[in-house]
Amino acid sequence: MKREIPLIITFVAGVAFVLQYFIPHYPFNRFENIFSDWFSIVGAFAIWLGALSLMKLCLLNISKKSSDWPISLLIIVSFLAIVIAGAIDGFHGLNNVPATSFRDPGTNFDWLYQKVYTPLSSTMFAILAFFVASASYRAFRARNTAATLLLFSAFFVMIGRVPVGDYLSGWLPERMQLSHWANWLMAFPNTAGQRAVMIGIALGTVSTSLRIILGIERSHLEG
Amino acid sequence: MKKYYYWIILAALIIVLILLPKPLIVSPTVSTIITVLLGLALAGVLVLTLRGHMIGRRTVFLFIGVSLTLPFFMNYRMPIKVSPEVQTLYDAIAKLPPGSKVLAAFDYDPPSAPELQPQAEAFMAFAFKHNLKVIIMGLWPQGPQQADMAVTKVLQEPEIRAKNLRYGVDYVNLGFQSGNEFVIQRMGTSFSGMFPRDIYNTDYDKIPLLNGVENFSNIDFVFNLSSGQPGTVEWVQIAVDRYGVKLGAGNTAVQAPSVYPYLSSRRLTGLAGGMTGAAEFEQATKEIGKANTYILSQSFSHMVVIAFIIIGNAALFVGYRKSKQKGA
Amino acid sequence: MDSTLIGTWLAALLTLGIMSFIYKDNLYYKICEAIFIGVSAGYWFITYFWDSLYRIAWIGIVHEGRYVLLGGVILGAMMLTRLFGKIGWIARWPLAFIVGATAGLKMMVYFTTNAMAQIHDTVYDTVTAFGGGDLYNLIGRLVILLGTVTGLVYFYFSKEHKGLFGGVAKVGTWFLMITFGASFGYTVMSRMSLLLGRIDFLLTDWLKLVK
Repeated sequence: MKREIPLIITFVAGVAFVLQYFIPHYPFNRFENIFSDWFSIVGAFAIWLGALSLMKLCLLNISKKSSDWPISLLIIVSFLAIVIAGAIDGFHGLNNVPATSFRDPGTNFDWLYQKVYTPLSSTMFAILAFFVASASYRAFRARNTAATLLLFSAFFVMIGRVPVGDYLSGWLPERMQLSHWANWLMAFPNTAGQRAVMIGIALGTVSTSLRIILGIERSHLEG
Repeated sequence: MKKYYYWIILAALIIVLILLPKPLIVSPTVSTIITVLLGLALAGVLVLTLRGHMIGRRTVFLFIGVSLTLPFFMNYRMPIKVSPEVQTLYDAIAKLPPGSKVLAAFDYDPPSAPELQPQAEAFMAFAFKHNLKVIIMGLWPQGPQQADMAVTKVLQEPEIRAKNLRYGVDYVNLGFQSGNEFVIQRMGTSFSGMFPRDIYNTDYDKIPLLNGVENFSNIDFVFNLSSGQPGTVEWVQIAVDRYGVKLGAGNTAVQAPSVYPYLSSRRLTGLAGGMTGAAEFEQATKEIGKANTYILSQSFSHMVVIAFIIIGNAALFVGYRKSKQKGA
Repeated sequence: MDSTLIGTWLAALLTLGIMSFIYKDNLYYKICEAIFIGVSAGYWFITYFWDSLYRIAWIGIVHEGRYVLLGGVILGAMMLTRLFGKIGWIARWPLAFIVGATAGLKMMVYFTTNAMAQIHDTVYDTVTAFGGGDLYNLIGRLVILLGTVTGLVYFYFSKEHKGLFGGVAKVGTWFLMITFGASFGYTVMSRMSLLLGRIDFLLTDWLKLVK
């Protein structure tokens, strides 16, 4: 029963969405509406599961007094700070006339979003720029034809997609300028390669989805 | 050097930067000198690399930091040419008659804001100036908040402030809903089914702008700002292919190459990709903003990366020649 | 002290803390990273609560009488049993629902949009280009046709890439390399843009060195 019922659920949910694609009328559209609403709610609980698992892990670290327990404590404090701020602002917003949102400018939640969450998340991704440049210097080598093609393609795109490309090649006829080459490269050879990848992935997705719906693929039920 | 000396130097640097006269803009002559010095420094790196001394990663980081920072103080302006895909996007939006209902889907988070926020602001300013009615929603939780920031900024422009735009009549924010592509799927039959209330918990039926807006068939255009999944791909797959919606998109540069097949097959009506796309979109809509300011730094950083790639490969070829000579 | 000034300085210190990682891993970075992890988890937690659980589930069930939504709430609650070791197996049911629903929808949309529509458009655009009179467009469409076909031949691994088949696959490899090069170029653009945003904040909002 522990395995059979989930397989039946997978099959029913999968078939419901396949059927409504072809028959968007009653009762299949009703199933689609109900399942879509359920998906939204279950998705929210999945996020809650992730957050609460993190808290559970941090609490375990603190209780065992592992080497980085102060970091775990900081994680929990940060988590609680924004959750409490969002909860209080949300409940206040419900009682205000007219109602306000917990996200509105001026709320504590918005302050934490603008002054803590935004700089941290933005900078985490921003430092990748340094590593991309360092990797380009150390590892990007034209050792064979394929690598050389990759290099030239990157070169044309990087120089053609910024104004300096036209600044350097502005004296040439329009169809010979670097921006034109970059646009052509993106519109035709890049599209060709992306299309091939897209079709390949699509066929793979179809076969994997069919295997999942029919219960042949069961890896999502492990653990 | 003792470790605390570095902290003292850093603190002194920060104090100097705070005390400098502001704003700090250098003349075109000084800008040219700085550019030449940067070029000479790169030439020095080339010489060192050819001699077999690969420079450390921190030196590379320094070059990147300098190439991105210094243009902020320069007085260069480079003309920006609008690419065909951005022109297509602009033409599609400009063709919309006043009163058209546009769904603006904000599917990005703060890390993608440098590329997409300028596009959002340019779009919202254009829409408000041309009396387009904007329905905001997001498949990412941060999206509607980013939308709020764009709307708040744009509403402060004198021309738009004079219009006395009203929330619920001229624009509305339906907020975020979890479910990824299932949200789009559900919206195809009923907007109110997925968004029964807006972000202020006002009932869908009580919002004047949403009177008569049942599903995608009542929407004239969808403008999607996307930095990943769910995003433009899901909008094309479901909203365009199933429900026949007209869709234009602004994407981060990481995602933009992968949506070109949709652009080529005309499922996507225009695409503004990355910072350059944002600058071009600002040019096309004549809402000049941050992207046009950033484009000079973007250009400098690209030239530095290209220089490093060339330097690295020059060292490779010199190495090949030396090993061939040794072999001979 | 005004909260905007405190907020700007806090944002600047957090930004510099994360950036300090490029020098080397250090305690300042670890503290900022921990705050980021906690605040991110909390942000998603509370946002999903208000936007999905309250706005859809609570109001739908309690105020509008849409009891069918209870099914979603029960499935969602079953998901949380994963936190408790012994009854964690119950979480397989909602997981099965999510996986099944996603598989069903993705199968159809990927097949129609990403496979059939792309194949159709490749052929249709090439054929119409022949009658269009625009040589530039015709050459471009032929390039797309050649690249798509050879790229797909490359991805066919059930036959050894030898002889004519291998030659065609090699051409496909070249097209894919051009694609990856373009993606790399755009990735560099994107990463630089992200860093630009942070530098702009430090120079404009924090140090006020530029307007």
